[in-house]
Amino acid sequence: MSETVISAPAKAQDCRVAWSETLTDLAGRDERIVAVVNDSLGSSKLDGFAKAFPDRTVNVGIAEQLMVGVGAGLANGGKVPFVSAAGCFLTGRALEQIKADVAYSGYNVKLVGQSSGVAYGELGATHHSIEDLGWLRQLGQITVIVPADSWETAEAVRWAAEHDGPVYLRISRMKVPDLEIANRSFRPGRAEVVRDGSDAAILACGTCVHLARDAAELLQAEGVSVRVLNVATINPLDEDALAKAAATGAIVTVEEAHVRGGLGGAVAEWTASHHPCRVTRMGFDGFRTTGSAERLFEDAGLTAEGIAAQVRATLSA
Amino acid sequence: MMDRSNTVATIRDNALWMRRRAFQMVHAAQLGHPGGDFSATDIVATLFFGVLRYDADLPRKPDRDRFVMSKGHATGVLYTALCRAGYYPEEWLDTYMQPGSKLNGHPNRQYLPGVEANTGPLGHGLPIAVGIAIAGQIDGAEYRTFVLTGDGEMQEGSNWEAAMTAGHRKLENLTVIIDRNRLQQGQGTEQTSSLDPLPEKWAAFGWEVFEVDGHDCAQLLEVLGAAPSGRPRAVIANTVKGKGVSYMENQAKWHHGVPTDAQLAQAMEELV
Repeated sequence: MSETVISAPAKAQDCRVAWSETLTDLAGRDERIVAVVNDSLGSSKLDGFAKAFPDRTVNVGIAEQLMVGVGAGLANGGKVPFVSAAGCFLTGRALEQIKADVAYSGYNVKLVGQSSGVAYGELGATHHSIEDLGWLRQLGQITVIVPADSWETAEAVRWAAEHDGPVYLRISRMKVPDLEIANRSFRPGRAEVVRDGSDAAILACGTCVHLARDAAELLQAEGVSVRVLNVATINPLDEDALAKAAATGAIVTVEEAHVRGGLGGAVAEWTASHHPCRVTRMGFDGFRTTGSAERLFEDAGLTAEGIAAQVRATLSA
Repeated sequence: MMDRSNTVATIRDNALWMRRRAFQMVHAAQLGHPGGDFSATDIVATLFFGVLRYDADLPRKPDRDRFVMSKGHATGVLYTALCRAGYYPEEWLDTYMQPGSKLNGHPNRQYLPGVEANTGPLGHGLPIAVGIAIAGQIDGAEYRTFVLTGDGEMQEGSNWEAAMTAGHRKLENLTVIIDRNRLQQGQGTEQTSSLDPLPEKWAAFGWEVFEVDGHDCAQLLEVLGAAPSGRPRAVIANTVKGKGVSYMENQAKWHHGVPTDAQLAQAMEELV
């Protein structure tokens, strides 16, 4: 584990690029890989993949339940299917298929939720997927991964392709800077220490990790030492990391997701049973209908200053 | 031309055994879906003992023909077929619905050999079968995929998503058999949300459509065993719910009815 050293802010990137480039690269070496989409080639950034592997691109049209069922069937036929669609439609419309055809049947399907969270901003709540982490976390056989930056996105796709078992990869659309942590390695099921600290802990995932890191920097200047964890795997949780975080006595969770049921819910459940401490959950508490993703983040306090404020509040409670 | 009369006789013998055994299982478990088991028995027997190419010792052999039981509640017929085909010992049937059993009310591929999908919620089997057929199409494989659905099940929209894509992709290696017993849980399909005209609907989606007597094993064998023809195939099998037992035939209440001792005894006398 090491501290981040930032001399200049890293350029923010759309993680979908890392996702598609990695998948295309992998598919060139593993002919079992097939992409399944619901008329979502463009939004999944898979036009390049489709051009390179037209026979291995299955577009079922606007039919999410079929899309997930087809994924299970492809797995039955020996393929490694990556079922890619906007997270809101993939998980909402096809939740029963995810439950029965993927999780319960144990099929090796890689579900990829694109433009997750509130990425679709102004398009409104029907296009936001803030519930997906809560819904999928309960389906035990599915490994749920929320990569925090482009590097981690690429690593997660590579891991998912090799792993024998269903996976949900939640790909962000909001641009995020690479965390630039030295000596990094992607370890599914293990939280990554972004920053060490002892007064409090911020547990974040996805697009919120870099904000958590920035919040910790602000607090450091005030003499508050904050541990920051990138909890990239929501299911299964890294219980060791949770224990260390709980030992600080104050936890703030931050996610581009509902405050109930996702990362925050998981952390609250665990601490309540194993190591009670103050837990403040940050995220979205319901439908958000107006504003860009950036504006929605601001309104929910999902900024470095907003997170720092919640840490202070948690410490003084 | 192969002499199929031997095969048809074998299929009928197996179908009889399956009905008797399935009804005993439902009686022992005091749970089950015997009406839908019996409307499907001749179809399933024809598939397992006349059409499908498989190796019961290698249930996940990559080049096997696939059978997806989309009407997953009809476990009486599925479990007896798999047993008779040699996937597992007959003693397992005695554990039907018991705690810890591998033979649950709906099938589980994670611990029961021969099961291709954990069906139960209706409308799932055909989309999965389409996925299998696409895998086969990508590989230029010879295996075929068969899926059995109920007719009430056709009210689920996911089936039509699947039908649309299968027709569009000309999945000639895919066959759906619809168990057209014209009943569902509460009453008749045509009184609930009518499916007629059903053959026309499948044809409109680009499928080759056959209508057969779902209890005529020779007819079933001919249609199900026919070579692929450039389009996915829909076989509408006209059946009688509860076929084979006089007091069950065409009665909606036998969707999940359980026989008394006397009713079981009467059924055993009739099923010969």
